[in-house]
Amino acid sequence: MEPTAFSYLVVSILMFAIGTMGVLTRRNGIVVFMCVELMLNAVNLSLVTFSKMHDSPDGAMMVFFVMCVAAAEAVVGLAIVIALFRNKQNIEINNFNIFKW
Amino acid sequence: MIQTILFWLFSVLGIAGGLGLVLAKNPVHSALSLIVNFFSIAGLYLTLNAEFLAVIQILVYAGAIMVLFLFVITLLNLSSEPGTTTFDMKKGLAFLVSMGFALEMCYILFGPFGDKSVSGDFTYGKVEPVGKMLMTEFVFPFEMISVILIAALMGAIIVAKSYNYET
Repeated sequence: MEPTAFSYLVVSILMFAIGTMGVLTRRNGIVVFMCVELMLNAVNLSLVTFSKMHDSPDGAMMVFFVMCVAAAEAVVGLAIVIALFRNKQNIEINNFNIFKW
Repeated sequence: MIQTILFWLFSVLGIAGGLGLVLAKNPVHSALSLIVNFFSIAGLYLTLNAEFLAVIQILVYAGAIMVLFLFVITLLNLSSEPGTTTFDMKKGLAFLVSMGFALEMCYILFGPFGDKSVSGDFTYGKVEPVGKMLMTEFVFPFEMISVILIAALMGAIIVAKSYNYET
């Protein structure tokens, strides 16, 4: 049984669902951030699948730019995590609730 | 035949890495599981003939971003989460929402893509066509990437810098 496009898309969907479950469940801020990176990678996989299916450059180029933007986002997000750690000495996301009424 | 074996190997490894990320108590174990996942996604890119993207995935994601994550985890000296194996309402609801979304997406995508094959040549997996595309059709996003990276660099330094107030 050759892997079809649907096989790759099922892998992408499962990784995205696991990432969503991690974002909703985990309490450590850095692990939540890593689950967001997992979701980004799942979408990258589906983009490459579609690009290969039609043999067009659009999907692969978009993956290239998504990787660069994800790197920039990881840098800024981890700087924010470091700045938050200075105040509260831990990264539990239930502690950062000053916007709650 | 070898395509099927490689696809199953990298898919199972990738999903196992994702599950290890979500279920591990120690954040360092989560980071290492995510590195396993990134390598298996690079393997999946290689089965799709996207060689340039596979190598860029290993260099950027597993080689730079995850090293940065591990630096921050080690710098902040985070401890493991206290293990609660009770399956409370929040975890059950999160599981239902994400698995429901996954099943719905599989059902929707089975119709159009159930029998489309991904075999054949992929001309934009090699370095030279990607380079040509970056310089002709995608030159504006390519230049904007450098602006984004400089903005991220400056933003990270400003946010994470510690200020001494006695000077």
